[in-house]
Amino acid sequence: MIKKTLAVSLLTGAMALAGQAQAANTMVYCSEGSPEGFNAALTTSGTTMDASSRQIYNRLSQFKIGTTEVVPGLAESWDVSADGTEYTFHLRKGVDFHTTKYFTPGRQFTADDVLFTFDRQRDEKHPYHDVNGGTYEYFDGMDMGSLIKDIVKIDDYTVKFILNRPEAPFIANLAMDFASILSAEYADQLATSGKQTEMNWKPVGTGPFAFVQYKKDALIRYKAHDSYWGGRQDIDNLVFAITPDASVRYQKVKAGECHLMAYPNPADLGMMAKDSSINLMKREGLNVGYLGYNTVKPPFDNPKVRKALNMAINKDAIIDAVFNGVAQVAKNPLPPTIWSYNDKVVDDSYNPEMAKKMLMDAGVTSLKTNVWAMPVQRPYNPNARRMAELIQADWKKVGVDAEIVTYEWGEYLKRSKAGEHDSVLLGWTGDNGDPDNFLRVLLGCQAANGGANRANWCNKEFDDLLNKALATSDQAERTKLYEQAQLVFKREAPWATIAHSLVFKPVRKEVSGFKIDPLGGHYFEGVTLK
Amino acid sequence: MFSFLIHRLMILIPTFIGVTLAAFAFIRVIPGDPILVMAGERGITPERHAEMMTAFGFDKPIWEQYFSYIWQLLQGDLGTSIVTKQPVLEEFAALFPATIELSICALIVATVIGIPAGIIAAVKRGSFFDHSLMTLSLTGFSMPIFWWALLLIVFFSGFLGWTPVSGRISVMFYFDSVTGFMLIDSWLSGEEGAFKSALSHLILPSIALGTIPMAVFARQTRSAMLEILNEDFIKTARAKGLSNFRVIVVHAFRNALIPVITVIGLSVGVLLAGAILTETIFSWPGIGKWMVDSIFRRDYPVVQGGLILIAGIVMIINLTVDLCYGLIDPRIRNKR
Repeated sequence: MIKKTLAVSLLTGAMALAGQAQAANTMVYCSEGSPEGFNAALTTSGTTMDASSRQIYNRLSQFKIGTTEVVPGLAESWDVSADGTEYTFHLRKGVDFHTTKYFTPGRQFTADDVLFTFDRQRDEKHPYHDVNGGTYEYFDGMDMGSLIKDIVKIDDYTVKFILNRPEAPFIANLAMDFASILSAEYADQLATSGKQTEMNWKPVGTGPFAFVQYKKDALIRYKAHDSYWGGRQDIDNLVFAITPDASVRYQKVKAGECHLMAYPNPADLGMMAKDSSINLMKREGLNVGYLGYNTVKPPFDNPKVRKALNMAINKDAIIDAVFNGVAQVAKNPLPPTIWSYNDKVVDDSYNPEMAKKMLMDAGVTSLKTNVWAMPVQRPYNPNARRMAELIQADWKKVGVDAEIVTYEWGEYLKRSKAGEHDSVLLGWTGDNGDPDNFLRVLLGCQAANGGANRANWCNKEFDDLLNKALATSDQAERTKLYEQAQLVFKREAPWATIAHSLVFKPVRKEVSGFKIDPLGGHYFEGVTLK
Repeated sequence: MFSFLIHRLMILIPTFIGVTLAAFAFIRVIPGDPILVMAGERGITPERHAEMMTAFGFDKPIWEQYFSYIWQLLQGDLGTSIVTKQPVLEEFAALFPATIELSICALIVATVIGIPAGIIAAVKRGSFFDHSLMTLSLTGFSMPIFWWALLLIVFFSGFLGWTPVSGRISVMFYFDSVTGFMLIDSWLSGEEGAFKSALSHLILPSIALGTIPMAVFARQTRSAMLEILNEDFIKTARAKGLSNFRVIVVHAFRNALIPVITVIGLSVGVLLAGAILTETIFSWPGIGKWMVDSIFRRDYPVVQGGLILIAGIVMIINLTVDLCYGLIDPRIRNKR
């Protein structure tokens, strides 16, 4: 009897709690993992950026949420010198930093905070440079160290960035997460008490939400920043419930334990679409999945061979089998959502007969080669092994015998960087919505032979167009140059462009105002709960 | 008993050295460069790569890295995570209570159900209950944890709505951690409903993790009991007119305990291994998930430190089990 009563009471308690409604003003987001800290400058991980820069911090310029349009952030406006090497930022006045359990700001945001943020990353002698590891992968990766000659404080609300060369995407670069503005006053306070490392774990920013608590692998708690310069948020509390398994995240959204989840399983999308409590949002991702040929290895050094192999690949079949039909065939290295996308480019049609003939004409018979398949899942390629198998089967039809090669992720990156592959499956998700972030990073001569240009393709005509585009801030001019560059790319075919995936977000119906970020982030500014 | 203890402790020293060597070698045997994994598709320049290898000490010869690691260990320093830049021991200490709490609850589920079921099956040998139990335990033993855990979630949380899906407590409760054990902390917090919430969050993960040990305990108890029940002293006890309950529990079960305790001790390793999957599925913030993430990130100090700590704990538990034999059976302790 006692046992029965205990069991019933336990079960009743459990039932009551499982059905417990979240307080109306607490937004719960089922995130996919734990952050590596709360300073986006120290990481390349999107999970860390979601947890830090996108909720807690602001940048001088920012992306308008849900777009790649750059709008003023902590800088109200900026002037660019005629030669494109001096950027003067006019800072917003009256911006408060967060007041938390561990820090009470004594002043508002000023130019000193901008200087602290960038000097920490670029000056190796800065007292905070080596704190928390001192690795600034984005700052270094975007070549900001060699680009920025000096940063000068004109007055408390004016800062001038002097560059070594003109760089058209500079304002977009400053909207990226690594450029999130930290509090110099807080840093000083921590330095005085010898607790500098806490800056990464007890963050203070100016953003819409203030940090409250982090429990590793369990949750992150934030509260609305009452005096946020962009207006106090409607939701009082924001919680990231860290839930690594995608199926479990979906169950939590279904049960009402989360309002929104990250990265759904493609296999669950059908069920989500039918679920009356869920609004399955979707949009095109700012990404591209591709097969890069090693263009310095014969016969892949011949554009005709590359073109023929492209024509042998049935991309529609790949979209169906690998992406469950929810992706778009890629014809350009740029996704269609980015400005300067050249829709006039004609894709290589799927034509095995023609491909066979072109290979014969190029003197390539009984080619034995390899296709490298990534061991990890990415939005631009959810199943590289399957994709490689389909390519292998397609190539077989034109007499090309391809072996599928795969390695552990770090090894894969290392060996493909060393150029051991014949062709490699990889992809890219944009960082700042600028075409340069795709074209130069992935296909520029500078990135060949050891950089992110795994095709090792260096074409002078293409590179000159990119360099010209980089030197002008006239967007119409840049658009023309990038459109031409895409034509050169198609003609030379260093890659088989495969797909641009769609991004899905299952959101409970009581949530409104959430926008899917084309750059892959999760922002909760402007989100409300019914 | 003291010499027995000393003898057991002496065995631990070479074992521990072996563990440090295995832990150190294990992560390095897996191909993959931690710096490249960190950089991902974006890549890293060779100069920067070399700088970071030097900064983390990965450019030194392996033997030098090993000895400097051992020197660090002897000073009580398990190193610092190359990903989070947090001390390994600090991260372990923050996460370990969650694993312990889950493992204890799973062990309770396994013991409270598995052992009595095994006793009953032995006593009612050949009955319908016995056959059913053996079939069920074989099923429980063979079920992959991740599949079983998802099945539990889909049925009990998704379909019936009886239990929460995952986590340690409802996110609506906010209090500072005192002990790291959610049941205790929630009770100490005094917040209404917090303890119930913590308890309800433990139900499914404990069942998922406890299923395999439960099956093992039931089968082990059954076979140990069957053997004992055929012994002459049991027949004597019955002939003396003792009650069936007394014969089974006091005479038979006590003598069947040694093999049962052995499997309980061994199951601690099984529980810690099973915790890796259970924690991932139930978003349980323990050391299992921490280790898996660290292996994928090639976070050498965390994998090394974590393995050494876990191995150390398993060794201590096995030592305790050995000591328990001595307490239960005087013949064992008097042998030495």
